[in-house]
Amino acid sequence: MTAANPGALTSSLLYLDGVSVSFDGFKAIRGLSLTIEPGEMRAIIGPNGAGKTTMMDIITGKTKPDVGTVMFGGSIDLTKLDEAAIANLGIGRKFQKPTVFDFHTIEDNILLALKAPRSVARTLFWKTAAAQAKRIDDILGIIKLGDNRDRLAGSLSHGQKQWLEIGMLLAQDPKLLLVDEPAAGMTDGETAETAVLLKEIARDHSVIVVEHDMGFIRELGVKVTVLHEGSVLAEGPLDQVSANERVVEVYLGR
Amino acid sequence: MISRFLMQDMDRRGTVFLALIAGLAILIPALNLLVPVGSAFHIPTSTMSLWGKYLCYALLAISLDLVWGYCGILSLGHGAFFALGGYAMGMYLMRQIGSRGTYGNPILPDFMVFLNWQELPWYWYGFSSFPFAMLMVLAVPGLLAFIFGWFAFRSRVTGVYLSIITQALTYALLLAFFRNDMGFGGNNGLTDFKDIIGFHVQAQTTRAALFSMTCVMLIAGFLIARGIVVSKLGKVVIAIRDAESRTRFLGYRVDRFKLFVFTVSACMAGVAGALYVPQVGIINPSEFAPANSIETVIWVAVGGRGTLVGAALGAVVVNYAKTVFTSGFMAPYWLFALGALFVFVTIFMPKGILGTARQLLEKRRKPAPAATPEPAPAE
Repeated sequence: MTAANPGALTSSLLYLDGVSVSFDGFKAIRGLSLTIEPGEMRAIIGPNGAGKTTMMDIITGKTKPDVGTVMFGGSIDLTKLDEAAIANLGIGRKFQKPTVFDFHTIEDNILLALKAPRSVARTLFWKTAAAQAKRIDDILGIIKLGDNRDRLAGSLSHGQKQWLEIGMLLAQDPKLLLVDEPAAGMTDGETAETAVLLKEIARDHSVIVVEHDMGFIRELGVKVTVLHEGSVLAEGPLDQVSANERVVEVYLGR
Repeated sequence: MISRFLMQDMDRRGTVFLALIAGLAILIPALNLLVPVGSAFHIPTSTMSLWGKYLCYALLAISLDLVWGYCGILSLGHGAFFALGGYAMGMYLMRQIGSRGTYGNPILPDFMVFLNWQELPWYWYGFSSFPFAMLMVLAVPGLLAFIFGWFAFRSRVTGVYLSIITQALTYALLLAFFRNDMGFGGNNGLTDFKDIIGFHVQAQTTRAALFSMTCVMLIAGFLIARGIVVSKLGKVVIAIRDAESRTRFLGYRVDRFKLFVFTVSACMAGVAGALYVPQVGIINPSEFAPANSIETVIWVAVGGRGTLVGAALGAVVVNYAKTVFTSGFMAPYWLFALGALFVFVTIFMPKGILGTARQLLEKRRKPAPAATPEPAPAE
């Protein structure tokens, strides 16, 4: 990426430095620095209120930081862009609470997410090409919802909605996926399958996973960043991080 | 390509609706013009114009359903676009009077002579030309909707706040059009029309032609609205209604999609207003009254929000009921009846007449109903 992009300031796909944001005096993020390399999968953990969701809001343009640098692909300043522009750059987001379009069929949910021109005119006169239809079929197969493609998404179970949303991310084909608590509310079996699914996705995408479930993170087997009170507390392999005294203190209380 | 866009995935209900309106466009004028007065099959001209009015309202209801039922924008000011279209038509009709007015001024309409105005205000220029006036029927409501929507949607004003400012918009226009110095006839509005493209407005044949034209425009409006809602753009718009921020994170510029449907809808409402004016013979500021816009919302809710045929049906049913109720001993109770109807529909038939009918049919077809998601909260 750096070679094709001579203006790049960093080789990282995502680069956050000294980012702070406060809401009504409460500092949700303070001096957060984080880098994600191309192709990397990273797990982010932290107690409630550590700033995990706020961090995702900043990356996806929902929240503007008070100070700090947020760069994508080495040279694009994300703080200057809105949600739609950032999404079109190739940053996809899965929300904590599964958010699918309840009144659309499963297939239409994928179609809406499918990487394609997003302008008013192009969507008004849209015709799904054969290659795109095949891509939709493939994704429906990956998330195991192919047999239910004509069902309304609102009628799916919680776990199926989570998968549909992951399928929508796949359809977007982003360079970076932000996944907020993909295993929340899932059975153990579903959690294990979700881990497999995410690992498969990580083969050709960069992924940031926010998760509470330690077992799930162990299954992913990737580098972990621990957030606490809006900044990075520790970073490294899970075993090393979970042996860190400060981390134990934060998680178990002093 | 256009016809493919308009006819794609035409369902049975849409086909029935189109056939019905096309049938009315021919049948009603035929029964009026060809069947002699006194025959049981004769339709009086006044009845034909009354139904023409209902169909104008049906077009207005479809335009509102496009933004409310599909995009979740509850406009409580759609009457403003209807009235602006009506005024554009009214201005053309005023210019056609020429020197036949009470004061015999060949240029100035009567009310301007009465106010001692010496020359035509600049914004009346061009309205003696029918094509120009028809362009304005689309352009004036469309432009207002575009400017209004540009600011409102970009600032992400949604829900009840948006409804309130649309209501304020129509109220502000009501007050403005009441003023004599605005140059639109003040509280009397525009009336005493004579000709429309050379034909006398009151003539039976003109009335029949206007009725047929209303049917044609209703069909066109329905096809355009349907073409939009079944396209991928329509899916985006429904996605915006149900999960706006999710749609944004998929990379769609929500404000532009809203602006598109809002503007198209306003143009459609303007056409409805333009057809309404020659059939009722007057346009005055009371058309901007907030209550009118709210009534339109009731028609759509009664017929079935999010179903275009339902919206049209709701407009006709409620207005037919209104005619029946307000012309007899029940006249004083009409507003109570309307209020009760709205409460009844909201509580017992949240999907309106058409939605409820469809549910009943589906239930009969397969006894074990598939799980359906909860209805979207009405904004």
